[in-house]
Amino acid sequence: MSRTLATARRVLRQLSHDRRSVAIIVVLPSILLVLFRYVYDDRPMIFDRVGPQMLGVFPFIVMFLVTSVTMVRERTSGTLERLMTTPLRRGELIGGYAIAFAIAALVQSLVSSAVAVWGLGLDMGAVVVLFAVVDALLGTALGLFFSAFARTEFQAVQFMPAVVIPQLLLCGLLAPRDQMTDVLSWLSNLMPLTWATDAFTESLTTSGLNGAMWRDLGILTACVVVAVAGASLTLRRRTP
Amino acid sequence: MLNKAIEVRGLRVVRGGRAVLPDLQLSVPTGRVTGLLGPSGCGKTTLIRCLAGVQEIEAGDVTVLGEPAGSSTNRARVAYVTQSSSVYPDLTVRQNLEYFAALHGAAPDAIDRSLAAVDLADRTDQLTGDLSGGQRSRVSLAAALLADPQLLLLDEPTVGLDPVLRRDLWNLFADLAQQGRTLLVSSHVMDEAGRCDEVLLMREGRILAQTSPADLLTRTGADDLERAFLQIAEGEQV
Repeated sequence: MSRTLATARRVLRQLSHDRRSVAIIVVLPSILLVLFRYVYDDRPMIFDRVGPQMLGVFPFIVMFLVTSVTMVRERTSGTLERLMTTPLRRGELIGGYAIAFAIAALVQSLVSSAVAVWGLGLDMGAVVVLFAVVDALLGTALGLFFSAFARTEFQAVQFMPAVVIPQLLLCGLLAPRDQMTDVLSWLSNLMPLTWATDAFTESLTTSGLNGAMWRDLGILTACVVVAVAGASLTLRRRTP
Repeated sequence: MLNKAIEVRGLRVVRGGRAVLPDLQLSVPTGRVTGLLGPSGCGKTTLIRCLAGVQEIEAGDVTVLGEPAGSSTNRARVAYVTQSSSVYPDLTVRQNLEYFAALHGAAPDAIDRSLAAVDLADRTDQLTGDLSGGQRSRVSLAAALLADPQLLLLDEPTVGLDPVLRRDLWNLFADLAQQGRTLLVSSHVMDEAGRCDEVLLMREGRILAQTSPADLLTRTGADDLERAFLQIAEGEQV
């Protein structure tokens, strides 16, 4: 456990030396929310529906990018190989990353939720912060997993549209899922972001966790576990 | 105590369809500085990666400190320093060492001791990425010393260092061996062979000779180690 926490601390320290990234992680979602709010200034209904869902999408995208690039950097710089020769276990490394980015995500979602509720008047339950953190963990887990297939940081960035945009299109953010063709709505069932978006939609109608939200939380947690397990399988001690 | 720190039998490694190490036998004595010398591309790094337990191998036995290479016991007592400095450029020197100290459960004063050993005590709060290449590789070496390892695998640790620093590092290696540790130090500079207790001459994935530097000169009758290597490489007669 101490090695997991040491890894989390190391990742956060690396992040803290990169002030610009910290600013982007903390402030950017709020700026985008404000922008979104005023683009639909004359139709507040749209912002009221989509605003909360976006609160879940931002941490997912940002953490996917940050994690996959950091991990590819770790692989290409030789530090991963070095870590593989130390007593650090693979699960401890992945766990350390997950803890570090969950903390970053918590800060991010507290800031953007505060802006959404007090600044932009969105009416939603406090439970959105929980789902924002779970979404960030999902982004981190998928980022860890997909980074195994990227040889360079450039490729890692290209995975973002490949992994994220299909989910954005199908998750119900842009068009309600019940209006999609059967194939698309079936596909959307397979995508984790769908269930994240669903939880944010539910948060508009209830202040606590209702049955649908428990289901969403279960599915999201399972996705995180599978992606993290997949990610630790892709970390090989011995490489060609 | 084992008198062989490293025992390699029938090691075969294929990379990109080419047998980098076709069939390698090797043993390295405990408590000495052994130099692994040979031209770039002869398989030095691949061999060291096998000993560290991070190289996929096709066949053979690699025994390090009496255990299979890369075993969990060995990961606590074998330190591997890669050729390019494998430390985090976006952390300060001290933050890098604090992380590696935590991974090894090192003593609290270990950080200051290993920084002093590589002559970086005055750089602790500088960002590692802002240091010169030679300084960065010393941070990498300091991180390896933290673990208090029994065996140090050092891949070209003195490349790009000025002569004074190079001498200091070779003195440090000798001190470490004096304390009973084993060091395997690779280099493509034949001059450095003179600082080793024993040298392994390597070429095209094969060990050409294993001997002491003095014996190498006597046996070949060459004036310096560079010529001695050439003579062995061309004749392969030792």
